[in-house]
Amino acid sequence: MHTDVIVADHLSVGYGSSVVVEDVSLRLAPGTLAALMGSNGSGKSTILKTLVGLIPPVHGEVTIFGDVPGRHPARTAYVPQHSATSETLPLRARDVVAMGRYAHLGLLSRFTRHDREVVDAAMSTMGVTMFADKPLQSLSGGQCQRVHLAQAIAHDADVWFLDEPTAGLDAEGRDTVTSCVAAARERGACVVVSTHDIDEAREADVVLLVAKEVIAQGAPREVLTDANLRRMYGFTGQH
Amino acid sequence: MIDYFLAPFLDNEFMRLALLAGLVTAVICAVAGTFIVLRGLAFIGDALAHGVLPGIAAATLLGVSTIVGAAVGAAVLVGGVGLITRRTRLSSDTAIGLLFVGMLALGVIMTSRSASFAGDLTRILFGELLGVNAGQLMWMIIATLVVGGVTHVCRRPFMLLCISRDLARANGFNASLFEALMMSVIGVAILASFQSVGTLLVFGLLIAPPSTAALVTRRLHTMIIVASISGALATYVGLLISFHHDLAAGASVVVSATAIFVLVFTAATVRHRRMSDSHPAVSHTGGHHHAH
Repeated sequence: MHTDVIVADHLSVGYGSSVVVEDVSLRLAPGTLAALMGSNGSGKSTILKTLVGLIPPVHGEVTIFGDVPGRHPARTAYVPQHSATSETLPLRARDVVAMGRYAHLGLLSRFTRHDREVVDAAMSTMGVTMFADKPLQSLSGGQCQRVHLAQAIAHDADVWFLDEPTAGLDAEGRDTVTSCVAAARERGACVVVSTHDIDEAREADVVLLVAKEVIAQGAPREVLTDANLRRMYGFTGQH
Repeated sequence: MIDYFLAPFLDNEFMRLALLAGLVTAVICAVAGTFIVLRGLAFIGDALAHGVLPGIAAATLLGVSTIVGAAVGAAVLVGGVGLITRRTRLSSDTAIGLLFVGMLALGVIMTSRSASFAGDLTRILFGELLGVNAGQLMWMIIATLVVGGVTHVCRRPFMLLCISRDLARANGFNASLFEALMMSVIGVAILASFQSVGTLLVFGLLIAPPSTAALVTRRLHTMIIVASISGALATYVGLLISFHHDLAAGASVVVSATAIFVLVFTAATVRHRRMSDSHPAVSHTGGHHHAH
């Protein structure tokens, strides 16, 4: 099945030789939404970083578009957790969204009218056009998150990795994330989100319950059972 | 009145050279210092500035160019910090602290070996803005053009690095390469500046003008431009005060740069308070998270 965007086979992720999550196997086709669900410290972010290509796998195989992760930055959008930037950075909302074009432009290509149109369209999709010229640090947490999602839209990627995109957002902010993810899937993008919100996981095509290992994997209604969730929280939630 | 502000530079060749050297130093330090401030590299900037001291001392003892000595000293320090953090569990702050103090002490020992060095030590630490010659000035201008060019070409990865290393890598940029380039930009700025303002005072021009600019700008290139202007103003004011009141030139420039920061900081704080009094911040979807 070479149409699958993401293929992981008995993948163990971690830092150096220390394993954080063991034995992840996964196949995701274009247009799929996968949710990595787990509590804090369960290893969701470590899986995402491995898929983005920021850390090498400890064991096992993983390919994105048939290549080692990290080979296709222009086709891969990554929104890390707490993407809130340092207070001193001189960045307007528009500059942050424009960074979504960097992977296409590389070091030297000029920012063309097409790039500007893509950025403008992404800002209007996420409803941040009115903050375009405001410095990032003057925006609220919800507004900031919308700006970062607009950056992912401007990236025009085929695979999206969103690390806890709804953390710290109110109901309206969560709806914005949902509609953004829906828009991405409509364009045929494969989206992987990490979350500890069960309602968010229910929206996905595939859910992986993560707690240092994959406790259960499959369609939400099969996976999100009381027994599985109890196992998941029991594993990392002793304290 | 005009005499007070212009005559020192119109009448004296050394003041004209000092002003030009100071302006070039202000620009190169504004470019490099902007990234020091944005990435929080203040400590390694300081370490670099002092790591060059033993290099210069050794070069003087061996009779080779002080610029070469300074470059070797800076390279040893940066390479050593990299090696220690890779091979041990020590943090880079610890490694920098260790090598910084060690190399500074080594520099002092070397300079204390000979009697003629006592004066040299002061010159190395505090510079000799009033003694810059045309040849040195030309090298400083070339260094400034190189630093400006590299920064312009690398602006995208540099900006991403200021946010996070991961973001730079996720966008397909080789983070280690561009980090090394950024450190080189800072290193070249220090090398180009130490003859005029010294290894100790160069730090003032690297940090104060970009910090001033950070208070009032919201884009990277305006930050660099405002930092250059504020550094240039500090150079002019510092030289003028130094000329009329017979004070140390380099130090007067750095004190002026710091004074400009304090003035702008005060003005920005007062203005901000007035603005938030008159318009209690616009309502946000996220709720209670206002600019502070």
